[in-house]
Amino acid sequence: MKNDNFGKKVVGLIRDNTVPLMFILICAVCIPISGFSLPYLINEIVTRMGRNIFLILALLIPIMSGMGLNFGMTLGAMAGEIALIFVSDWQIWGIPGVVLAMILSIPISVLLGAFCGKILNMAKGREMITSYILSFFMNGIYQLLVLYIMGSLIPIKHFSIKLPRGYGIRNTVSLLNMRQCLDNLLAVRVGGVKIPVLTFIIIGVLCLFIVWFRRTKLGQDMRAVGQDMGVARDAGINVERTRIISIVMSTVLAGFGMIIYLQNMGNIATYSSHSQIGMFCIAALLVGGASVDRASIGNVFLGVVLFHTMFIVAPKAGAVITGDSMIGEYFRVFVSYAVITLALIMYETKKRKHKSLVGQQLQQAQKEADAHE
Amino acid sequence: MANANTPLLEMRNIKKDFFGNQVLSDINLTLREGEVLGLCGENGAGKSTLMKILFGMDVIRETGGYEGDILISGEKVKFNTPFDALAAGIGMVHQEFSLIPGFTATENILLNREPKKKNVISEVFGDRLNTLDYNEMTGRAEAAIDKMGFSIDKNMVISEMPVGHKQFTEIARELSKEQLKLLILDEPTAVLTEKEAEALLASIRSMSKQGIAVIFITHRLHEILAVCDKVVVMRDGLVVADVAAKDTTVEEISKWMVGRSVDTTAKAEVRDNEGAKIAMSIKRLWVDMPGETVRDVSLDIREGEILGIGGLAGQGKLGIPNGIMGLYEAGGTVIFQGQEIPLNSPRKCLDASLAFVSEDRRGVGLLLDETLEWNVAFPAMQVQNKFLKNYLGGLVKWRDEKAIREVTERYIDELAIKCTGSKQKARELSGGNQQKVCLAKAFALEPKFLFVSEPTRGIDVGAKALVLEALRRFNRDSGVTVVMISSELEELRSICDRIAIVSGGKIAGIRPASDPSEDFGMLMVSMVK
Repeated sequence: MKNDNFGKKVVGLIRDNTVPLMFILICAVCIPISGFSLPYLINEIVTRMGRNIFLILALLIPIMSGMGLNFGMTLGAMAGEIALIFVSDWQIWGIPGVVLAMILSIPISVLLGAFCGKILNMAKGREMITSYILSFFMNGIYQLLVLYIMGSLIPIKHFSIKLPRGYGIRNTVSLLNMRQCLDNLLAVRVGGVKIPVLTFIIIGVLCLFIVWFRRTKLGQDMRAVGQDMGVARDAGINVERTRIISIVMSTVLAGFGMIIYLQNMGNIATYSSHSQIGMFCIAALLVGGASVDRASIGNVFLGVVLFHTMFIVAPKAGAVITGDSMIGEYFRVFVSYAVITLALIMYETKKRKHKSLVGQQLQQAQKEADAHE
Repeated sequence: MANANTPLLEMRNIKKDFFGNQVLSDINLTLREGEVLGLCGENGAGKSTLMKILFGMDVIRETGGYEGDILISGEKVKFNTPFDALAAGIGMVHQEFSLIPGFTATENILLNREPKKKNVISEVFGDRLNTLDYNEMTGRAEAAIDKMGFSIDKNMVISEMPVGHKQFTEIARELSKEQLKLLILDEPTAVLTEKEAEALLASIRSMSKQGIAVIFITHRLHEILAVCDKVVVMRDGLVVADVAAKDTTVEEISKWMVGRSVDTTAKAEVRDNEGAKIAMSIKRLWVDMPGETVRDVSLDIREGEILGIGGLAGQGKLGIPNGIMGLYEAGGTVIFQGQEIPLNSPRKCLDASLAFVSEDRRGVGLLLDETLEWNVAFPAMQVQNKFLKNYLGGLVKWRDEKAIREVTERYIDELAIKCTGSKQKARELSGGNQQKVCLAKAFALEPKFLFVSEPTRGIDVGAKALVLEALRRFNRDSGVTVVMISSELEELRSICDRIAIVSGGKIAGIRPASDPSEDFGMLMVSMVK
């Protein structure tokens, strides 16, 4: 009997963590094939952790308030990019540049976030697809702003970022002068691995903030709203406002995250940097074992490590096996979408399984009643 | 403020109508501090409307408010929202749980009333960033649980709790409000085990000793007699009895609940189909329909009869047809004309010539944005290939518009559907006429067996009579077996041959429709869970 229970627990554990286990398997197979050395691998992973974790943490708050995986974070990423374009036009480099860009991104993020929150309040229960499509729409507005309005209505002085025709922003904006300025400050080398201590401190502070935030009244309200809007409303919580605040916070954090991400990359791909960031962040979070209604800081860290290990080793492994490096690139995108699809399917089946459980209970009750007679 | 003689609550001449449909007329109630009032009545008697008025629910205001006065401690009040009622010391535990599943009992008890601590960040960004004071929360939750007198684990997460404990968590939440003077419990024992129900009764007694007045709504009449000081029985929007609990009996109350003057309803000729073939035999059916769980139903339906299924709301009568027709997950066996019907597959049921008129006519019953023609003909077209013209040996099927129009117009005449023509959209019809379209749709299938669920819900008296007459004619003329599910006992008695009463997810008894109402009333409350 006891053994039986133990077996069930193991099966349950495996079923609950299918996605992370799958990735551990993929990585375990690909790492030896790729032939990368361990220090190189660790170095790459640490760099990518510093680059991505802040962005992914921004996803946690909407999940807490029941708004699912929020593709609306793309809006925050756009805000971060706009702020960085201004800062680089003004030629403010280094740490002051990063800080100024962050401050500048706040009002833009708040505006976009409030707009997104308002729309998501009209589409309760369909937040994911709505925010996904909304991000495409906002991408159009962003392009209008960057391609036509900047340099014509909004003054852009510096020729290095302006298109030769006199208005619009170039395809790539170089951030060479602030490249990895956060990462290099206080950086420590341990056995050939560069650890960007300051970036990690910032990430640590955000983690602490999220833990603390869960214990605040607003955090409690968000959790209540996330689990049952009707009950929360009956208790006097302003559901709509709480949801908007949650999206605004997420957007602002995503803006910061994007700035951290871009200072690490060292340049902005003006028209494409933000376009897939939402999808990659969500995929990484899901790989870490999160689901549509449940995600923790642990999921973020595990997800980044596994997802990016796969990112690093898969192209090389693909090239080694097939002799074609393109296959790896294809593999990345394919796997990202596959993970999101799988996670969504598993979320639905779990819900359905829960439903059929009630039926089993009713059957059981009949049997028990028979036994009594 | 109030002297000893002023009652805590007084309701004077309360009247309420929903769009001209009078649901409450001249209700008078008084309740003193610490008194326990038992409120009972059939579904639709007006109990919940009365409580909604008292609790200031939005639906009352949205439908034009109410007439009459409510006095709390001698002062006239008017509640616009439930929050006003809460502030005045009225608490209510609804039939459906209002709890956050992933929160602990403590968090739920103090939901949105959590004690907080200030911090630096909240000084800047506002009160919502105050941290919760978990020690204080535990203390207050404990105090509320003590007050209730039934111990629950304050740290247990709601989703892991047995149903009964959820109910007690709700009660503790109301008790944790310091201003609470009057607690309304809407069928609190419906989900409790016998033992828990006893504990609840004890807890009501202890609340009453602490000076909290309680309005206790239940279908379990013996509980009312055990715990209440007085009993108020409602029927058809009127208070029909207001007596001290010690002066009455269960029999008397159930008589008040269902008893009507006999002359108001036309009596049907009750046919005795004893010896007729069994059309459908249901064995050990369970259905997982939320709010209408069927636990263990075995029932034989005879060929050519009209069988009524009655019972109180939430006891499972709606679950029976929905389960058999495959709309909700079900188990057990159903044998129709000697053949087993597979459950959980609506198509198989339709293929076997069963038809179902759902109680959810706007959701399941109608294609609201399509014409009446489509609504009437669609199922027959889908299921039986009727109204189709075959070309190229059946490879290409075209709709036979003419046949569709003819059949629709025939039903419009027969059922007296008020519409501008067979091309009108279903959405534009009134409730009663929509119901008739639902019937026409089922009739067009020419079924051998028809389930009709709540056919008269929400439609006016005139339309009601027409719908019932149409059903009766359909049964008499075509010999189709009809099973009609309704909450209104008198309606069932006026048309059915036999009536089965469902209680606690099981069949409590089957009797000829000519039996007195009181007997059915007793059956209804017999196994209530």
